[in-house]
Amino acid sequence: MVQIAATRTAAAQPINTRLLSLAALAVVIAVLPLALTNNFYLDIAILAGFNAIVCVGLNLLIGYAGQISLGHAGFFGIGAYASGILVTTYGWPPIAALLVGALFVGVLAFLLAKPILRLKGHYLAMATLGIGIIVSIVLRTETGLTGGPDGMMVDSFKIFGLELYGEKTWYWVVGVMLFIAVWLSLNLIDSPVGRALRAVHGSEVAAEVVGVDTTRYKVMVFVVSAVFASVAGSLFAHYTGLITPAKADFFKSIELVTMVVFGGMASTFGAVIGAVVLTVLPQALTVFQDYSQIVLGAILMFTMVFMPKGLLPTIEGLIAQRRRA
Amino acid sequence: MFAEFLQYMLSGLTIGAIYALAGLGFSIIYNASHVINFAQGEFIMIGGMAAATLTASGVPLPLAILMGCGGAMIVGVLVAKFTVERARNASVVTLIIITIGASIFLRGVAELVWGKDFKRLEAFSGETPINILGASMQPQSLWVIGCAAVLIVAIGTFFNRTLTGKAMLATSHNRLAAQLVGINVKRVVLISFALSAALGAMGGAVVAPITFSYTEMGIMLGLKGFTAAVLGGLGNGPGAVAGGLIVGVAEALGAGYISSAYKDAVAFVIILLVLLFMPSGLFGKRGTERV
Amino acid sequence: MTMLANAPIQPEDEPMSPVAHPSQALLRVENLSREFGGVLAIENLSFTVAKGDIHSIIGPNGAGKTTLFNLITGVYKPSGGTVLFDGATVSGLPPYKLAARGMSRTFQNLQIFFNMTAVENVMVGRHLHLNGTLLPALFRFPSLVRKDREAKERAAELMASVGLAKYVDAHASSMPYGALKRLEIARALASEPKLLLLDEPAAGLNATESREIDEVIKKVAASGITVILVEHDMKMVMGISDRITALNYGRKLAEGTPAEVAANPDVVAAYLGTMD
Repeated sequence: MVQIAATRTAAAQPINTRLLSLAALAVVIAVLPLALTNNFYLDIAILAGFNAIVCVGLNLLIGYAGQISLGHAGFFGIGAYASGILVTTYGWPPIAALLVGALFVGVLAFLLAKPILRLKGHYLAMATLGIGIIVSIVLRTETGLTGGPDGMMVDSFKIFGLELYGEKTWYWVVGVMLFIAVWLSLNLIDSPVGRALRAVHGSEVAAEVVGVDTTRYKVMVFVVSAVFASVAGSLFAHYTGLITPAKADFFKSIELVTMVVFGGMASTFGAVIGAVVLTVLPQALTVFQDYSQIVLGAILMFTMVFMPKGLLPTIEGLIAQRRRA
Repeated sequence: MFAEFLQYMLSGLTIGAIYALAGLGFSIIYNASHVINFAQGEFIMIGGMAAATLTASGVPLPLAILMGCGGAMIVGVLVAKFTVERARNASVVTLIIITIGASIFLRGVAELVWGKDFKRLEAFSGETPINILGASMQPQSLWVIGCAAVLIVAIGTFFNRTLTGKAMLATSHNRLAAQLVGINVKRVVLISFALSAALGAMGGAVVAPITFSYTEMGIMLGLKGFTAAVLGGLGNGPGAVAGGLIVGVAEALGAGYISSAYKDAVAFVIILLVLLFMPSGLFGKRGTERV
Repeated sequence: MTMLANAPIQPEDEPMSPVAHPSQALLRVENLSREFGGVLAIENLSFTVAKGDIHSIIGPNGAGKTTLFNLITGVYKPSGGTVLFDGATVSGLPPYKLAARGMSRTFQNLQIFFNMTAVENVMVGRHLHLNGTLLPALFRFPSLVRKDREAKERAAELMASVGLAKYVDAHASSMPYGALKRLEIARALASEPKLLLLDEPAAGLNATESREIDEVIKKVAASGITVILVEHDMKMVMGISDRITALNYGRKLAEGTPAEVAANPDVVAAYLGTMD
C-alpha cells in the first residue's frame, strides 16, 4: 500500500487555531474585491472559488481518506447539466434543480462507490477515470438533451424573485459557498467520521479491528465529495451561462486532482490554495503564449518532484524548521 | 452479414494492435518502477509526427521511423531520469500527476515544433484495398498488425532470452532481491522507459497513415492503452496484448452494431465491468495482504 | 527460550489437564483450518480460552500464530472450522463487527495511523462509543463536540495507563518504536474489549521495555479483560500466562499450564529443532 507522508491535521491543532483560520479565510474573501479592480480579475477569482469548492470536497477523499478519483469532473458536469437541462429546458426553479442534481449525483456516487472503492491504487484510478470519461461522452453525444459538443446555454439563477447577475454578485455568492465548504470540511475532519476517514488512509486493517466499518466511510466520503462537485457544477452553470462537455472530461478531472495534490494533500486550506494558484497560473502563463503549455507541464512535474507533499505543507514545514532553528 | 462482421473484426484488430503496443508499454514501465506513465500516448504521438513530417521533408520512410523511435527513446529516458527517478517514494497520485505533467509538457513542445495542424503520412504500400472473404482491408492495416506482431514477439524474446530482459523481470518480481544480486535497478527503469517509448513510437508511425498525425493523437490512444494494461492485469505483458486486442475488437463491434458515437466509451465500460467483477483484471492474480 | 531449554525433560508424557470451567469459555476455536495456495497454515486446530485468562500461543516462526490471530479477528476467512466468541459463532464476520462484539487486537508489524496525533490514534479506538454518522459531524453538533472532548480525556487516561502520558499531543510519526507498541495497546483498549489479542507486543523491545509491557498486560488482565498473547519472549510468556497453547506447522502441539507446556518433550523438541 502506498503511504502518503503524514501531514499535520486540523484536529491536531487547538480549537482557536481552527476559528482563527476560518476568520482569516473570511477576511481574505471580504477584502479581496478591493484588489480586484475589474470584471476580468473578478471572473478569475470566481472561477478559482468554484474550483476551490470542488477541491475542498475532493481533498476529503484523496487527502484524508487516501482514495484517488480521476473522474470527479464527471460529477461536476452532471451537476452543471442537471441545472442546465432542468432550469433552461424544463423551467424548474434553479434551487430545486441544484438540489435534484445533487441528490442524483449522491445516489449515483453511492451506487458506484461500494464496488469501486474495493479497488486500490491504479485500479481505482482506472475505474474512476472510466466513469468520468463515460459521463463526458454521454454529455457530448446526447445532443437532444445537452446540446452536444457545443454545449448549452443556461438561464441565470433566480431565487425569491432575485436574479443573481454580474461578477460582483457572483463573487459574494461563491465566496460564501467556499466559506461554508471549508467550514464543513474542517468540522468533518475533527469528528469521529473524520478520524475514521484518516484511519482508513493510515491502516485499513487497524481501523477495522477497533470497529470502523471502512467500506461505509469510504462510500460516505466518496458521496460527500461528489455532492460538493455537483453543487459547484450547478452554480457554475448559472454563472457562466454556457456549459460544454469539456467541463466534465478527463482533463478537468486531472486538473482538479492536480489542484488538490499541488496545494497539499490532507490540508483543507492547501486544497483552496492549490485551486487558486492553478486557476490563476494558466491566466498568468498566457504571457508565455506558445510556451504556456510547456511552462504549465514543467511546473507540474517539478513541484511534484521537489515538493511531493504539496505547497502548503511544504511551506508550513519550512516555517516550523526556521522556528526551531 | 459475415463480411460485415469480418470487416469490423479486421478494423478492430488493427486499432487493437496499437492499443496492445501501448498497453505493453504501460506494463513494461509499471513492472520496472510501479509507475503508470500517462505520457505513453505522447510516445505514440512522437512516432507518428516524426514519421509524417520527416518523410514530407524528403527523409526516406524507414529512416524517418527509426529517427522517430530514437527521439522517443531519448525523451523517454529523460522523463525517467528527471522525474520518476527523483520521486521514488512519492504516492500513486503524485506519480500520476508527474507523468501527466510530462505529457502536457511534451504536447506543448510538439505543438511548438510541429504546429497544431493534422499531418498526413502516405500509406506504406499503396491504398488499393485487399479483399478478404468479402471484407475489404487497407494494406496499411496489414502493416500495423504485422509490425505489432513482430514487436510483441521481439519483446517477448527480449524478456525471456536475454540477460538484460531477465534482469528486468527479476526486478519486477522483487526489487530488493534484484538489487542484492547486483542488478542495476536504476538502469532497468531507464531501459523500460526507452523500450516503451520505442514501442509507442513504432505504433504511432505505422498507424499514422490511418489516423493522421496531430499533437493530441496520443491522448485517447494512451488512455485506451492504459485500459488494455489494466484489463490484462497490470504488469502482465501478454495480458496487456490480449487486453489491447479485446478493447480494439469490442470497440469496432460496438461502433458497428450499437452506436458509433459511443465508440470511445466501449473500452471504459468494459474495464469498469471487469474491475467490478474481477478486481485484478482478466488475467491478474489475487494477492492476500499481509498484516 | 532459555527457560525452555533448561527445563527438565520428563521421561513420560504427563496427561494435560483439561480446560478449567469450560462453561466459562470466552473463545472456542473448533477444527479451524486455513490454506494458502494448497499449503495449510492452520490445520484442524481446536482450543478454548477461558474468561479472564492470559492465554498464550507459542510456537516457532512459521507455526501459524499470526495466521491464527487473523482468523480469529476476521482479517482472514477460515477455509474450515468455526470460531465461537461469547457463545456465538463469529467465523466469517468482518473485523469491525467482531470489534463491536468486544474483540480487539494489536499487530506484529505496527499498524499505526501515522497521519494523526497519538491521542487521535487512541480516539479512533473509541469509535464504537461515539456517533459516527455524517450530519452531526458536518455541522458540528454540540453533543458531538462534547462527547469528542470526553473521548479525548478518556484516551489520554488510557495513554497514561500504558505509560504514554507525555506523548498525548505528539504526532504519531514522531514517536519511538517502543512507545508505538504501547500506543497500539492503548488504541485496542479504547474500544473496551472483552478479549484483547496481542501479537508480539514485546518484539523489538529491550529488556526494560519488555518488563514494562509485562506490567501493562498484567494490569489489563487484572481489569477483567481476557488476553490472548503471541510472544517469543519466553520469560514473559512463562511468567504471566495462565495457559499456553503450543503450535507447530499449524497444528496443536501441546496445551496446559506454563509448567506443563515447558515440560512437554514435543514442545522442547520443536524449539530445539529450530534453535540450532
